[in-house]
Amino acid sequence: MTSPAPIAEPRATPRPDPAVVPALSIDGVSHAYGPRQALMDVFFNVQPASFTALLGLNGAGKSTLFSLITRLFGIQTGRVCIFGHDISKSPGEALRLLGVVFQPRTLDLDLSLTQNLLYHAALHGISRREAATRSAELLGRIGLSERAASKVRDLSGGQMRRLEIARALLHRPRLLLLDEPTVGLDVKARADIISHVRQLVTEQGIGVLWATHLFDEITAGDDLVVLHQGKVLAQGPMARVIAEAGAQDVNTAFMRLTGAQTMPGGGA
Amino acid sequence: MSSITTREAPRGFSAGEYMTCLTGIVWREGLRFLHQRERFVSALVRPLVWLFIFAAGFRQVLGISIIPPYETYILYEVYIAPGLMAMIQLFNGMQSSLSMVYDREMGNMRTLLVSPLPRGFLLFCKLLAGTAVSLLQVYAFLLIAWFWDISPPPIGYLTVLPALILSGLMLGSLGMLISSGIKQLESFAGVMNFVIFPMFFASSALYPLWRVQEGSPYLYYLCEANPFTHAVELIRFAFYGQIDWLSLAVVAGCTIVFMIGAIYAYDPSRGLARRGPAGGEG
Repeated sequence: MTSPAPIAEPRATPRPDPAVVPALSIDGVSHAYGPRQALMDVFFNVQPASFTALLGLNGAGKSTLFSLITRLFGIQTGRVCIFGHDISKSPGEALRLLGVVFQPRTLDLDLSLTQNLLYHAALHGISRREAATRSAELLGRIGLSERAASKVRDLSGGQMRRLEIARALLHRPRLLLLDEPTVGLDVKARADIISHVRQLVTEQGIGVLWATHLFDEITAGDDLVVLHQGKVLAQGPMARVIAEAGAQDVNTAFMRLTGAQTMPGGGA
Repeated sequence: MSSITTREAPRGFSAGEYMTCLTGIVWREGLRFLHQRERFVSALVRPLVWLFIFAAGFRQVLGISIIPPYETYILYEVYIAPGLMAMIQLFNGMQSSLSMVYDREMGNMRTLLVSPLPRGFLLFCKLLAGTAVSLLQVYAFLLIAWFWDISPPPIGYLTVLPALILSGLMLGSLGMLISSGIKQLESFAGVMNFVIFPMFFASSALYPLWRVQEGSPYLYYLCEANPFTHAVELIRFAFYGQIDWLSLAVVAGCTIVFMIGAIYAYDPSRGLARRGPAGGEG
């Protein structure tokens, strides 16, 4: 886990090199449910080996955005590319590079940990033998090897989340999406999951898009995207977003940007 | 750094990857079914109640004349057995689609739909998996029914298999098509009433159509137009080693139409996209 740098002296974030294909690029995406506009002209990139926090209150449009990136909904306007593969035109190539942890739990509770992982591997066309090796390895990494044959139902909330993250990594994606993954977890489980995901960024170069409304999950080196009522209000390295909002910390910056009166989460 | 920042050339999917995916989905559906004992028991009890109680009571009321594929007078139990096999598949098809509504609400469906393989193929795998589960149920029923003197020529157990696969696919894809139009679990109960019961009763499952015709010509036409009637007849003839070509054509045609409809409905740019968010906040 990277130690948070002081906000006043922002880390020199590697700026996007134009030759580098972004892990995720959202290009002018709008989406409406009938007359209700859920997203309006959303633009941003997630770079490889970076941690981008998508900040927004409930109802900001985060889940709609996730549904579009994962192709649960069709793109109405704009373009979504994963490592340059357009999700509408070549969904197979795009989805192959994507790992995702949805906000609601999506595990089979009556199946064992290994069975859940093997099923996911099969959905990606990974052979049984290869899948068994990777599952064992990933379970080891999340410290659940001994529970491999237990039913998922018997796990704690934090363990289930760790399993879901392991599952999302099984096909070795290079972009990982997490939709409020720490909701409902205790302090320790939250910290474990955050540090695990940050490790994936630094050690494996995975690009991460982490949707949250909890400001204490963000550290100084992160990129931020502030989404409010379907619009991107600010984006860029954390220090810049704070400075441009004329604030001292993320919390105040967020409130100034959105005009929110109450703090939705803990301070950064 | 270059390995993670360059764009990869598209490489498509091999036949092996398709096969792994198919077996994985069938395997998971089978495991889930084995874990849901109540579902298995009720899938078995339902037709057995019809066989042991309803058929025994009706035996005296309904006389069955000699109609193809039967070569002799038969007991009423023997007549309704194919209808009950189709009923098992009808319930299973609707129940699989119920599980899809449930899965969609609970998020499990998302795991399936974010697989990189083509969505039409994934849905087809899901249908095959549901059909495989219905076959387990039908053969378990036939085993018990055998002790109740429902005994076709032994080869019938084999020849009925392709008919069951086809009818299972038809009823499964119908269920899938219906499930795509349902937003919540609650509205499913209504669909059961408006789909399962009319389909089952307005068919040749419980009474031969010539008897229906005597009673009401309109009902007869309705039964003739009901794809479920043709599923029953396809199974009935296949059970005795014969082919009812008309039923085969109707069931195959309906399967294709329902399947295309379901795949269309689950296409992200059409069906699901028109609806609100599947869960969580918007």
